Amino acid sequence: MHGDFDFSVLVDSLPFLWTGLQFTLKLTAVAMLGGIALGTLLALARLSPIAPLARAASWYVNIMRSIPLVMVILWFFLVIPLITGKPMGAENSALVTFTLFEAAFYCEIMRAGIQSVSRGQVAAGYAMGFTYGQNMRLVILPQAFRNMLPVLLTQTIVLFQDTSLVYAIGAKDLLKAAEVAGKNYNRPVEMVIFAALIYFVMCYSLSFVVKRLQQRFAFKR
Amino acid sequence: MNYHWNWGIFLEQVKGGDETYLNWLLTGFGWTVAVSLSAWVMALALGILLGVLRTVPSRALVAAATAWVELFRNIPLLVQMFLWFFVMPELLPADWGLWVKQEMPAKEFFTATICLGLFTSSRVAEQVRAGIQALPGGQLMAGLAMGLTLPQTYRHVLLPTALRMVVPPLTSEFMNVFKNSSVAFAIGVMELTFQAKQMQEDSEQGIETFLAVTLLYFICAFSANRVMAVIERRTRIPGTAADVAAQS
Repeated sequence: MHGDFDFSVLVDSLPFLWTGLQFTLKLTAVAMLGGIALGTLLALARLSPIAPLARAASWYVNIMRSIPLVMVILWFFLVIPLITGKPMGAENSALVTFTLFEAAFYCEIMRAGIQSVSRGQVAAGYAMGFTYGQNMRLVILPQAFRNMLPVLLTQTIVLFQDTSLVYAIGAKDLLKAAEVAGKNYNRPVEMVIFAALIYFVMCYSLSFVVKRLQQRFAFKR
Repeated sequence: MNYHWNWGIFLEQVKGGDETYLNWLLTGFGWTVAVSLSAWVMALALGILLGVLRTVPSRALVAAATAWVELFRNIPLLVQMFLWFFVMPELLPADWGLWVKQEMPAKEFFTATICLGLFTSSRVAEQVRAGIQALPGGQLMAGLAMGLTLPQTYRHVLLPTALRMVVPPLTSEFMNVFKNSSVAFAIGVMELTFQAKQMQEDSEQGIETFLAVTLLYFICAFSANRVMAVIERRTRIPGTAADVAAQS
């Protein structure tokens, strides 16, 4: 096959690759939104004065962060059917796994974000008569999100790349679609290169956006 | 949930072989450690070089090093594994490609190590660059003013401080190397994740298998963390906040 690359098959396989990319994007979006929501709750738990709650949250986060993602994916794929009694399918299993896994990472970002809000703001909120919930919702979290926006997005780029690991359980994402198309057209090399190119372009553009955001927010406090 | 527990499974023989499952897992552990450590050595050497190149007063060198970092940071590790394993032999001259595909000894191991090493080098480079840029600008000028050449200034003035400052972020990168090495299962390296999948299919004792393998990964990450903690203590810069805190 040397010097004999044939990229014309890419055009034929585009619709098929698109279905794979759609799952990749769906997985990224679900895990990002679910992960940030759950991660924020975990961060509140870690910072809460209730010791058992804080300890439980920090255990969860530390365990998730010290196991390879591939292992977590395999764990959930294996254990969920044992608990629910019926197989869940690779795609749904991936959605659950990534949300729960990414929550641990978003939690640490949100925790840093909440701690970055000045104490005066917190005290001022309480002085205005806000309850804990109101103070978090109206004063602290909006600022924490804003301060951490570039970091949250950077983590999302990492998440987007990590979705390729659903390969381990055979879910049909972009990479899997490229592999299948490569087999069907007998052009595996071109397909891997093409998939790499798509990942690169998307991640590079997103990281460019992050850089711009960082510059815009840098001195505006 | 009716799961049939069998903790004795590790000492049982694998189907169609005279090894025990424990042998499989220990082999896997060995490959995981081998891939991770060799990749880490490679990543440190390349990463320090690239981190330095990103800070030198030469546009061409900075651009080249930046391109390297962006390339390896923006493609998923698994896709990079496939690129090295399936695509790279096709890009080599024909007889080299054939040798790589058919005769190269331990080709999965070397491919995975090179891939993981280059991937990690871009992340090490970012930390090293940040460390060098965090130094006061006067250090570089002072070095040059003393008559040192630029390489001498890096070697004797900038790097000794910068590298010691970035030990904490490098600790998490070192732990990441072990975690990331799990991706090597996809190209057939017989490391822990590969053995876990194989043992689960063969023994049908998934939970015991994954618990044992997860524990082995914990051991890797924990040891990496402890080794780096020792290095951090030994190389602490006298007079810094971290040093003062440790002394008191």
